[in-house]
Parts: sequence; C-alpha cells; structure tokens
Amino acid sequence: MTHAHKAFASGNEAVAMGVRLARPHVIAAYPITPQTTVVERLAEMVEDGSLRCEYLHVESEHSALSAAMGASAVGARTFTATSSQGLLYMVECLHYASGGRFPIVMMNANRALALPWNIYNDQRDSLSQLDSGWIQIYVEDAQEALDMIIQAYAIAEHPRVLTPVMVNLDGFVLTHTYELVDVPSQQSVDEFLPPFQTSNKMDLDAPTNMGFTATPADYMEFKYQQHRAMVDAAEVIVNTDRAFGTNFGRNYGGLVDSYRSGDAEFILLTLGSVTGTARVVVDQLRAEGHRVGLVKIRYMRPFPARELAALTRRAKAVGVLEKNISPGYEGTVFTNVNSALAQAGSSPLVLNFVAGLGGRDIAKADIARMFEQLAAGAENPPDERVIFVTLQVAVAPEALVRYADEGL
Amino acid sequence: MTRPKLQPFLRPKHIDQIPCGTCFNAGHLVDANAGWRTDTPVLDQSLCTGCLQCYLLCPEGVIFRAESGLLIDYDFCKGCGICAHECKAKAITMRKGGL
Amino acid sequence: MRTSSRSTTEGSPALPPVTAKNLNPSEFFYGHKGCAGCGGSVAVRLALKVLGERTFTAVPAGCMSAVGFIYPQLAFGSNAIISTFPGTASMLSGIAAGARALGLDDCHVVGFAGDGGTADIGIQALSGAIDRHDHIIYICYDNEAYMNTGVQKSGLTPFGARTSTTPAGQQVRGTLTQKKNMFEIVAAHGIDYAATASVGYPQDYLKKIIHAKSVAGTSYIHVFAPCPTGWGAASDISIELAKEVVDCGLWYLAEFEDLKFRLNRNPKEFTSIENYLGKQARFRHLLPEDFQAIAAQRDQHWQRIRRTWA
Repeated sequence: MTHAHKAFASGNEAVAMGVRLARPHVIAAYPITPQTTVVERLAEMVEDGSLRCEYLHVESEHSALSAAMGASAVGARTFTATSSQGLLYMVECLHYASGGRFPIVMMNANRALALPWNIYNDQRDSLSQLDSGWIQIYVEDAQEALDMIIQAYAIAEHPRVLTPVMVNLDGFVLTHTYELVDVPSQQSVDEFLPPFQTSNKMDLDAPTNMGFTATPADYMEFKYQQHRAMVDAAEVIVNTDRAFGTNFGRNYGGLVDSYRSGDAEFILLTLGSVTGTARVVVDQLRAEGHRVGLVKIRYMRPFPARELAALTRRAKAVGVLEKNISPGYEGTVFTNVNSALAQAGSSPLVLNFVAGLGGRDIAKADIARMFEQLAAGAENPPDERVIFVTLQVAVAPEALVRYADEGL
Repeated sequence: MTRPKLQPFLRPKHIDQIPCGTCFNAGHLVDANAGWRTDTPVLDQSLCTGCLQCYLLCPEGVIFRAESGLLIDYDFCKGCGICAHECKAKAITMRKGGL
Repeated sequence: MRTSSRSTTEGSPALPPVTAKNLNPSEFFYGHKGCAGCGGSVAVRLALKVLGERTFTAVPAGCMSAVGFIYPQLAFGSNAIISTFPGTASMLSGIAAGARALGLDDCHVVGFAGDGGTADIGIQALSGAIDRHDHIIYICYDNEAYMNTGVQKSGLTPFGARTSTTPAGQQVRGTLTQKKNMFEIVAAHGIDYAATASVGYPQDYLKKIIHAKSVAGTSYIHVFAPCPTGWGAASDISIELAKEVVDCGLWYLAEFEDLKFRLNRNPKEFTSIENYLGKQARFRHLLPEDFQAIAAQRDQHWQRIRRTWA
C-alpha cells in the first residue's frame, strides 16, 4: 500500500505510478521508443508484487489495444501505452474502442512519424488521430501526467462518458526528464476512483452480443450518441478536475489553463510541455512591459471552443504554437482554433506557429519572436498565416529553380 | 432447452434508447428466415429411428426434440436439405415450396 | 506460473462421450443469416452447444459475424463479441486475462475465425496468443477462401480452386499455391493442444472440443467447413463433402499434444479425388494432369505424416 510521498521521477515513471494507483485489471504491453520505460516500470511493479494485475506481453500495438478491448468487454479496467508508429498501427482499434465505448486509458508518447524516421518529439501522431473518437489530454509536466492518469479513469468510466482517453506526453522532453512529484496514497486514490462498473460488457448472468453491425437505418444514431457523449464529457472533465483539487490539493483548470491572459493583447496557445517554456517567456516579456499571456489547451477532444473564444476575445492577435502540420494546408490545432473563433464571431488575427517537428528545439528566444510576430501581424496582417519556425534553410521563392512561363 | 425466440422489436424513439456502444441482449431475434426456403423438409415420424443426425447436422439448429418426436422450427428453416440428405432412414423428404 | 482454475473432469476418460443424445439441447447460434447449407454454421453451432452457457465468444469480421450480429437481429444466445479482422486471438487473450483478473471462474473463452482471418491477417495475433499459452480455444472454420467478401483467394485456398481473384481461364487454371499448413504452424509453436477436424466427422469434432475444454492453455481446432455458395455445390451435400475430403485424403484428422503428433484416421485406401472435386463448380475446369498433380501432392503429404505421426 503506497503512502503519500515524494518521488524523483521521469514523466514515464510518473505515468507508471499513476497506473499502479489506478488499479488496472489488465495491462497490454508492447514497447516503442520513447514509451518503453512506462511498460518496463509496470513490469517491475508486477514482479515485485506492488501492482497486482494481468500483464500481457502482446505481439503488436494492434494486439495491445485489441486485447485491452477484450478485457474491457468483460468489465475489466485496462491500460496500454504507445507512440507514433505504434499509435498508427492500432488506428483501426482506436475507432473500434471509441465506437464500442470501452473506457480504456492509454498513454501516448508524442513522437514524430516516419518518413523520414525520427524518434524525437512532435505531436503529429496524436493530432492526426483527433477524429478517432478518443478524449485527448496533453500534459505539461510529470506531476500532471501522474494526476491525469487517475483523472482519466474517472472521466472515461463515468456512465455519461464511457469513452477511451489518450494521455499524451511529449516524447523524451517530458517522458525522460526528471522532476519531483507528489505521489498520492493508495487510499486517497481508492476514495477518489471507485471500482469500474458498467453494463457495457459481456456478462455470464445476463449475456450480451457486442461489437455488432448497424445498418444504414441505425448507424447514424450510434454515431450521434458517441458524439454526444464526448460533448457531454466536457462537464464531467471540469467536475472531475475540481473534485481532484478537493481530494489532492492540485487541479489544472479543466479543459484549458490560462496564464496571465486576462488583459493580454497577444496570446499564445500551447499544447504540452512547451507550455512550461512559454510561461517563462511570458514572465520575461511582462517584466519588459508587454501585455502578453498564454492559454494551455489541455484537451484537444472535446475541444474547448467556447473557453478559447472567451479567453481570446479581447486579444489583438493569437498565436497557435503546435508541433504539427497537416501537409498542404495548416496545423490541425490552428484549424480547430479558427473554427471555434469564427463560430463565436471573434476576430483577432490568428497565426499558426509550426515548430518543434522531429524534435527540433523550441528556445525561449523562438517563443519571444512569436510574440513579436503577433504584435507585427496585428498591425499588418501577413498573407501567409502558417509560419514554419526555425527552418535552417532559405525557403524564399528566389531560391527555387523556376520554369519560365513560355517555352518549357 | 432454450433457443432465441422471435420477438417484436420496438424501434428506439429517443437517443437514450439506442444501445450504448454496440452492446445488446444476446439472442435477440426480430426476423424469421422462413422466406428463404424454396423446398421444405417434412419428417415422417414412423420412419424415424431417433439417431438424431438431422438434429446434430442442421446448420440452423431448427430440428429439436419434443415429447412427440422430432420437430422442425419452420420459422428458421432455410430448406438446405442437409437433414433429408443425411437421414439414413429416409424419414425426411424435401417437398417443393416454402409450405 | 498460472494454473487453470477450471475443473479437468470434463474430457477425462471416465465420462461418457458427448453424442447427439446427451449434447446440451439449448441452441446458442440461432436465427442467423448464413447461407442455406453453411458448413461454418454447423461448426459454430456444435461448438457452442458443447461449451455451454458460461462462454465468451469472439468472432472476427467474416461470415459468422456478418450473419450473426446485424442489430437488432443478434443470433448468439450466449456472450459474444465481434473482433477486428486481424484481432480475434488478441481480443480472446484480453477476454481471458480480464476474466481471470475479475475472478470469473469456470468459463470458456472461444473464438471462431475463418481461414482468411486465421492464416493471413489473423496469424500474428494467433501466434502471440499461443506463445503466451493464453487460456483460449481458437477454432478456425476453413471454407477455403474469403467467402464473406465474395470468394477471394486466401492462404488456405487449395491448389486448383477457382476463386474470384484466381479465375480459371486459358492462361492460368485457378489457384497455383498450396494451403498454408496451419496445423503444423501452430504445432511448431509448441501449442498446448491442436487438432484438425471436419463437420463431416461430427463425433470426432465434438470429442476434440470437449478435450480443448480441459486444456490448461491454448487450443487450436482447424475444422473443415464446406461453403456451398463459394464452392458451387448443392446446399444439401455440405456434410457429405466434409466427409469425402477426409476419405480421399485431401484433409486429415489429427491431433498435436505434449509436443507429439497423433493421426486419428489413417485410411488404408483413399476414395476418388475426382469424385470429391467433381461435385464443386470451383474445380470444374481441372484437367487430368491437374488431378494427377493433386493426387501426387496428397500422396507425398501422407507418406510424410504416416511415417512420423502414425
């Protein structure tokens, strides 16, 4: 039985500690960098007896989520973890789990997608799966990672939600960096998180058929129901966070967390661990007299459309900083933000800062430059709203070889 | 002996009546398969030796034991003819038509 | 080390064998939309009667799920779930692990996958489940093609068979590859129990399922299941074809247990291959040289298994 204590832990280790406290019945484990230390720590916990659960060494990520669904389908609490290529290998199962309303919690280590191969941090893996029907959380530090694993089960298993939850940690920069975390006692977690109960399962006393086909006459209603549950989850998310604060003394603001944005002229929207760096830059710029702030988007699904519209209503310019691009168009977070602001009739200038792809560092100076670009853009809106930050090569048109209009 | 029975299906009128996450009662039948038949098996009890091979080998499970002998659930018989073909006593014949 | 919490008295020599007379009279696969004469349905129906009420079943995308689970017509009378196409064995592993973690005692976890869902897209998950000795019964109903999607060639389509992706024409006469040897593939994993079976020998099939119930580990049963629709055969001869395929030596009844093979039936003489193949339109294009090739392949196979398994 764990008593409340402090631990010096990496993001991954914090996840493992949170999982142990949540008492899963079944863990399905397949390794992929930089998630590996999660499943390794969990294996050690099973070995030393501090974690009592069934630990399946599965043979692929598709099997990991498939096994988790099988366990969930008989009423077991389940956990798995993955990253990038592994997340994509299980995409069929992502949709299966959300449509099947299995409240699985999965940790994803945000990592760049091949090709080219790159094991370092960016967010294209999870952001490319926003439509898969999973609740998606992006955590900033190891403490939040630990806490959100516990909150994730409470949210996922809530009868009005019954939706799987993906907890995202930036690969290496958060999964493998160390900080001091408060580990709650097992008893306090048991009080907060009741045992998993559901009627969405196979039951020896009341047999069911699951995973069935719905014809064109019925399928849309199932999808509406699923969509509606995710929309309604927003309220459960806020209440769960508040209750977590009451029980553990820490809460995170619900769907978003704002920092010095109340009177800010220029606001940066961030996802994940870069928020920590951005907070420091906000403080530096504020000390110089600039009215800047940030809003950390904690949940990409359900999307905090109203919250973001309200928080940016009085800003002159808003920057969306994401480690993501949808090739040929813009960053996905940018698309989501613009839709929210447009629907709210809100019209600050919005710029997309595409940074950090493939583990490219994002320095404080880079973030300070983003605020400068917001200020400049508020005066003279640029034609190009999508800005790739920190490219090391010239990309101006003059550098390209062009064919003449006539002749070739 | 139990088997799923036909029951009337009340179409959901409100979203809350849609089964959550594709989970519903096992053995819930709303539609008979009788209309599939072009030929219908008929069992002559006087020839039946009670070997039960027809019961064993029916893909639908529609042949069942009752006190009066073997009966066929014609709601779900598709008329495949396996029972008639396999019956060594020639107690089952396939009659033309869905009867 | 995990031990089975299940009673092992079932399948022990002291009990009488299960026959049509003492088989569980309840029906657990009923009202489905399978084709008339479907061999796969016989395999599923009989296995579920043997396994009884306390069973969790997983069925992948394929014939048995497509015909059994069309909301609101749900044909499985006991607990059943459709898995993803590649994920039957992995879902079964998860069900077994969840049941064990929840202390659900004395229940069976069984899957019914087709030949495509087993030998092709499902083989990775099956391999993993066997490797882990997960406490499941995996039944492959082999109708020798991707039938549910319109009779396309699978890894278990036999040499010479016409399918929609191996048409028989002037240049090429149907399938050119042999059936993947799934029985020996699972045996090579050191599986706890494996068997080949046929709906044409139902008593043998029932006996093997009963034995699988008592295995404290992974069981694999490969049951031959004719498809009148895909094979171009009359719907009333499915059981007859399933018997003839064994009698002519193109299929065999065997078991693998304790790392040893056991041939259950060793015919002194085989019946006619032409007679068996001739009842199916999918083989109508075969020439005498094809029959000779098929017979030669059969003889070569039987020479090897007679030498080592009998």
